[in-house]
Amino acid sequence: MQSNLDAAFSALADPTRRALLIRLAKGEATVTELAEPFEMTQPAISQHLKVLEDAGLVVRRVEGTTRPRRLAKAGTGPIDQWLAMLRKGLEKNYDRLDEVLTSMEQPKIKRGEKR
Amino acid sequence: MSTLILKTEGDTHVVVTRRFAAPQEAVYRAHTDPKIIQKWLLGPDGWTMPICINEARPGGTIRYEWTNGKGDGFHLTGEYLELEPYSRIVHVERMHLPGPTPDNYVETRFDADGTGTLMTLRMTLPDAQTRAAMLATGMERGMEASYVRLEGMI
Repeated sequence: MQSNLDAAFSALADPTRRALLIRLAKGEATVTELAEPFEMTQPAISQHLKVLEDAGLVVRRVEGTTRPRRLAKAGTGPIDQWLAMLRKGLEKNYDRLDEVLTSMEQPKIKRGEKR
Repeated sequence: MSTLILKTEGDTHVVVTRRFAAPQEAVYRAHTDPKIIQKWLLGPDGWTMPICINEARPGGTIRYEWTNGKGDGFHLTGEYLELEPYSRIVHVERMHLPGPTPDNYVETRFDADGTGTLMTLRMTLPDAQTRAAMLATGMERGMEASYVRLEGMI
Protein backbone atom coordinates (compact mmCIF):
# COMPACT_ATOMS: atom_id res chain seq x y z
CA MET A 1 0.00 0.00 0.00
CA GLN A 2 2.81 2.38 0.95
CA SER A 3 4.64 1.67 -2.32
CA ASN A 4 1.38 2.34 -4.22
CA LEU A 5 1.12 5.70 -2.50
CA ASP A 6 4.75 6.51 -3.25
CA ALA A 7 4.23 5.55 -6.89
CA ALA A 8 1.10 7.71 -7.07
CA PHE A 9 2.85 10.70 -5.49
CA SER A 10 5.86 10.50 -7.79
CA ALA A 11 3.57 9.96 -10.80
CA LEU A 12 1.71 13.16 -9.88
CA ALA A 13 4.91 15.12 -9.40
CA ASP A 14 5.13 15.88 -13.10
CA PRO A 15 3.10 18.54 -14.94
CA THR A 16 2.77 16.50 -18.16
CA ARG A 17 1.37 13.52 -16.25
CA ARG A 18 -1.04 15.77 -14.35
CA ALA A 19 -2.20 17.25 -17.67
CA LEU A 20 -2.70 13.73 -19.06
CA LEU A 21 -4.89 12.82 -16.08
CA ILE A 22 -6.95 15.98 -16.50
CA ARG A 23 -7.47 15.09 -20.16
CA LEU A 24 -8.48 11.53 -19.20
CA ALA A 25 -10.97 12.89 -16.66
CA LYS A 26 -12.94 14.02 -19.73
CA GLY A 27 -13.03 10.50 -21.13
CA GLU A 28 -11.08 7.63 -22.63
CA ALA A 29 -8.45 8.55 -25.21
CA THR A 30 -5.85 6.92 -27.44
CA VAL A 31 -2.14 7.76 -27.24
CA THR A 32 -2.45 9.74 -30.49
CA GLU A 33 -5.27 11.85 -29.02
CA LEU A 34 -3.39 12.30 -25.76
CA ALA A 35 -0.17 13.35 -27.50
CA GLU A 36 -1.89 15.95 -29.69
CA PRO A 37 -1.81 18.98 -27.32
CA PHE A 38 1.81 18.32 -26.28
CA GLU A 39 5.04 19.16 -28.04
CA MET A 40 6.22 15.63 -27.40
CA THR A 41 6.63 12.45 -29.35
CA GLN A 42 4.17 9.60 -28.89
CA PRO A 43 6.86 7.36 -27.32
CA ALA A 44 7.51 10.10 -24.72
CA ILE A 45 3.77 10.27 -23.96
CA SER A 46 3.63 6.46 -23.79
CA GLN A 47 6.44 6.55 -21.24
CA HIS A 48 4.47 8.99 -19.06
CA LEU A 49 1.37 6.81 -19.43
CA LYS A 50 3.35 3.79 -18.28
CA VAL A 51 4.32 5.63 -15.08
CA LEU A 52 0.64 6.48 -14.51
CA GLU A 53 -0.37 2.85 -15.18
CA ASP A 54 2.29 1.50 -12.81
CA ALA A 55 0.95 3.89 -10.14
CA GLY A 56 -2.54 2.46 -10.66
CA LEU A 57 -3.98 5.79 -11.81
CA VAL A 58 -4.63 4.83 -15.44
CA VAL A 59 -5.71 1.59 -17.13
CA ARG A 60 -5.61 0.50 -20.75
CA ARG A 61 -7.76 -1.79 -22.84
CA VAL A 62 -7.25 -3.40 -26.24
CA GLU A 63 -9.35 -2.22 -29.19
CA GLY A 64 -8.04 -3.50 -32.52
CA THR A 65 -4.60 -2.00 -32.96
CA THR A 66 -5.14 0.81 -30.41
CA ARG A 67 -4.80 0.75 -26.62
CA PRO A 68 -7.17 3.45 -25.32
CA ARG A 69 -6.40 4.69 -21.80
CA ARG A 70 -8.84 5.77 -19.13
CA LEU A 71 -8.69 6.74 -15.48
CA ALA A 72 -8.54 3.80 -13.08
CA LYS A 73 -11.76 3.30 -11.16
CA ALA A 74 -10.01 2.40 -7.90
CA GLY A 75 -10.87 4.34 -4.75
CA THR A 76 -7.63 6.28 -5.01
CA GLY A 77 -8.46 7.63 -8.47
CA PRO A 78 -8.31 11.40 -8.89
CA ILE A 79 -12.08 11.72 -9.37
CA ASP A 80 -12.64 9.85 -6.13
CA GLN A 81 -10.16 12.20 -4.49
CA TRP A 82 -12.13 15.16 -5.77
CA LEU A 83 -15.40 13.61 -4.57
CA ALA A 84 -13.75 13.06 -1.19
CA MET A 85 -12.82 16.75 -1.04
CA LEU A 86 -16.34 17.83 -1.95
CA ARG A 87 -17.71 15.36 0.58
CA LYS A 88 -15.50 16.84 3.29
CA GLY A 89 -16.86 20.35 2.67
CA LEU A 90 -20.46 19.15 2.62
CA GLU A 91 -19.97 17.02 5.74
CA LYS A 92 -18.72 20.10 7.60
CA ASN A 93 -21.83 22.05 6.57
CA TYR A 94 -24.29 19.30 7.44
CA ASP A 95 -22.63 18.54 10.79
CA ARG A 96 -23.16 22.22 11.59
CA LEU A 97 -26.76 21.92 10.39
CA ASP A 98 -27.26 19.00 12.82
CA GLU A 99 -26.39 21.37 15.67
CA VAL A 100 -28.65 24.12 14.31
CA LEU A 101 -31.54 21.65 14.01
CA THR A 102 -30.96 20.48 17.58
CA SER A 103 -31.25 24.06 18.82
CA MET A 104 -34.43 24.53 16.73
CA GLU A 105 -35.92 21.46 18.43
CA GLN A 106 -35.45 22.85 21.96
CA PRO A 107 -38.88 24.53 22.32
CA LYS A 108 -40.52 21.13 21.74
CA ILE A 109 -38.43 19.53 24.50
CA LYS A 110 -39.54 22.32 26.85
CA ARG A 111 -43.19 21.66 26.01
CA GLY A 112 -42.66 18.01 26.91
CA GLU A 113 -41.16 18.84 30.30
CA LYS A 114 -42.99 18.14 33.52
CA ARG A 115 -44.75 21.12 35.02
CA MET B 1 -23.92 12.14 13.21
CA SER B 2 -25.20 10.75 9.95
CA THR B 3 -23.30 9.50 6.93
CA LEU B 4 -23.22 11.58 3.80
CA ILE B 5 -23.33 9.71 0.51
CA LEU B 6 -22.02 11.48 -2.55
CA LYS B 7 -21.87 9.94 -6.00
CA THR B 8 -21.91 10.79 -9.67
CA GLU B 9 -24.85 9.55 -11.74
CA GLY B 10 -24.99 9.33 -15.53
CA ASP B 11 -22.94 11.94 -17.37
CA THR B 12 -24.24 15.14 -15.81
CA HIS B 13 -25.45 14.48 -12.25
CA VAL B 14 -23.94 14.57 -8.79
CA VAL B 15 -26.21 13.15 -6.08
CA VAL B 16 -25.84 13.73 -2.34
CA THR B 17 -27.93 12.03 0.36
CA ARG B 18 -27.88 12.77 4.09
CA ARG B 19 -30.23 11.95 6.99
CA PHE B 20 -31.15 14.48 9.69
CA ALA B 21 -32.63 13.78 13.11
CA ALA B 22 -35.27 16.49 12.68
CA PRO B 23 -38.67 16.71 10.99
CA GLN B 24 -39.02 17.73 7.32
CA GLU B 25 -40.35 21.18 8.22
CA ALA B 26 -37.27 22.05 10.30
CA VAL B 27 -34.82 20.84 7.63
CA TYR B 28 -36.74 22.72 4.93
CA ARG B 29 -36.73 25.92 7.02
CA ALA B 30 -32.98 25.55 7.62
CA HIS B 31 -32.54 25.63 3.82
CA THR B 32 -34.82 28.63 3.14
CA ASP B 33 -34.48 30.99 6.15
CA PRO B 34 -31.47 33.32 5.65
CA LYS B 35 -30.91 33.70 9.42
CA ILE B 36 -30.56 29.92 9.76
CA ILE B 37 -28.57 29.44 6.52
CA GLN B 38 -25.93 31.88 7.82
CA LYS B 39 -25.32 29.55 10.75
CA TRP B 40 -24.33 26.46 8.77
CA LEU B 41 -23.71 26.95 5.02
CA LEU B 42 -20.15 28.13 5.62
CA GLY B 43 -17.72 25.62 4.12
CA PRO B 44 -14.32 25.29 5.82
CA ASP B 45 -13.71 26.55 9.36
CA GLY B 46 -12.96 30.27 9.57
CA TRP B 47 -15.41 31.36 6.87
CA THR B 48 -18.58 33.41 7.46
CA MET B 49 -21.49 34.51 5.26
CA PRO B 50 -22.06 38.23 5.92
CA ILE B 51 -24.59 38.54 3.08
CA CYS B 52 -27.39 36.03 2.69
CA ILE B 53 -30.32 36.84 0.42
CA ASN B 54 -32.81 34.01 0.10
CA GLU B 55 -36.25 34.81 -1.32
CA ALA B 56 -37.99 31.46 -0.99
CA ARG B 57 -40.63 31.83 -3.73
CA PRO B 58 -40.61 30.82 -7.40
CA GLY B 59 -38.43 33.36 -9.25
CA GLY B 60 -36.95 34.54 -5.93
CA THR B 61 -33.30 35.56 -5.74
CA ILE B 62 -30.51 33.70 -3.97
CA ARG B 63 -27.24 35.45 -3.17
CA TYR B 64 -24.65 34.16 -0.71
CA GLU B 65 -21.39 36.00 -0.04
CA TRP B 66 -18.62 34.31 1.94
CA THR B 67 -15.45 35.78 3.44
CA ASN B 68 -12.58 34.43 5.51
CA GLY B 69 -11.99 37.83 7.13
CA LYS B 70 -8.53 38.03 5.53
CA GLY B 71 -9.58 39.67 2.29
CA ASP B 72 -10.56 36.46 0.49
CA GLY B 73 -14.13 35.91 -0.60
CA PHE B 74 -16.44 34.65 -3.30
CA HIS B 75 -20.15 34.60 -3.93
CA LEU B 76 -22.93 32.50 -5.36
CA THR B 77 -26.05 33.71 -7.14
CA GLY B 78 -29.16 31.79 -8.08
CA GLU B 79 -32.91 31.76 -8.56
CA TYR B 80 -35.68 29.62 -7.15
CA LEU B 81 -37.70 27.68 -9.73
CA GLU B 82 -40.09 25.54 -7.65
CA LEU B 83 -40.90 25.20 -3.95
CA GLU B 84 -43.13 22.58 -2.36
CA PRO B 85 -43.09 23.12 1.42
CA TYR B 86 -41.70 21.05 3.14
CA SER B 87 -40.71 18.37 0.66
CA ARG B 88 -39.00 19.81 -2.42
CA ILE B 89 -36.96 22.76 -3.65
CA VAL B 90 -35.70 23.32 -7.19
CA HIS B 91 -33.22 26.12 -7.82
CA VAL B 92 -30.40 27.05 -10.14
CA GLU B 93 -27.07 28.37 -8.87
CA ARG B 94 -23.66 29.43 -10.08
CA MET B 95 -20.45 30.32 -8.29
CA HIS B 96 -18.53 33.50 -9.12
CA LEU B 97 -14.80 32.84 -8.89
CA PRO B 98 -15.00 35.69 -10.02
CA GLY B 99 -16.32 34.61 -13.47
CA PRO B 100 -19.57 32.64 -13.25
CA THR B 101 -19.44 28.85 -13.43
CA PRO B 102 -22.03 27.14 -15.68
CA ASP B 103 -25.52 26.90 -14.18
CA ASN B 104 -26.00 24.05 -11.75
CA TYR B 105 -29.66 22.92 -11.45
CA VAL B 106 -30.30 21.56 -7.98
CA GLU B 107 -33.33 19.58 -6.85
CA THR B 108 -33.46 19.11 -3.08
CA ARG B 109 -35.95 16.59 -1.69
CA PHE B 110 -36.87 16.13 1.96
CA ASP B 111 -38.57 12.81 2.69
CA ALA B 112 -39.85 11.68 6.08
CA ASP B 113 -37.66 8.88 7.41
CA GLY B 114 -38.95 7.60 10.74
CA THR B 115 -38.71 10.56 13.13
CA GLY B 116 -36.10 12.20 10.91
CA THR B 117 -35.69 13.42 7.36
CA LEU B 118 -33.81 11.99 4.41
CA MET B 119 -32.44 14.73 2.18
CA THR B 120 -31.59 13.96 -1.45
CA LEU B 121 -29.76 16.69 -3.33
CA ARG B 122 -29.43 16.14 -7.05
CA MET B 123 -27.22 18.48 -9.05
CA THR B 124 -27.54 18.60 -12.84
CA LEU B 125 -24.79 20.23 -14.86
CA PRO B 126 -25.56 21.43 -18.40
CA ASP B 127 -23.58 18.65 -20.10
CA ALA B 128 -20.98 15.95 -19.58
CA GLN B 129 -18.18 18.39 -20.55
CA THR B 130 -19.15 20.84 -17.81
CA ARG B 131 -19.23 18.16 -15.14
CA ALA B 132 -15.94 16.77 -16.44
CA ALA B 133 -14.44 20.27 -16.33
CA MET B 134 -15.72 20.68 -12.77
CA LEU B 135 -14.19 17.33 -11.84
CA ALA B 136 -10.94 18.17 -13.64
CA THR B 137 -10.68 21.58 -11.95
CA GLY B 138 -11.23 20.05 -8.54
CA MET B 139 -8.80 17.30 -9.39
CA GLU B 140 -6.12 19.74 -10.48
CA ARG B 141 -6.49 21.63 -7.20
CA GLY B 142 -6.37 18.43 -5.20
CA MET B 143 -3.24 17.41 -7.03
CA GLU B 144 -1.65 20.79 -6.53
CA ALA B 145 -2.29 20.42 -2.82
CA SER B 146 -0.72 16.95 -2.92
CA TYR B 147 2.21 18.32 -4.85
CA VAL B 148 2.71 21.16 -2.37
CA ARG B 149 2.65 18.60 0.46
CA LEU B 150 5.15 16.50 -1.46
CA GLU B 151 7.46 19.50 -1.87
CA GLY B 152 7.18 20.17 1.84
CA MET B 153 8.38 16.65 2.58
CA ILE B 154 11.49 16.84 0.41
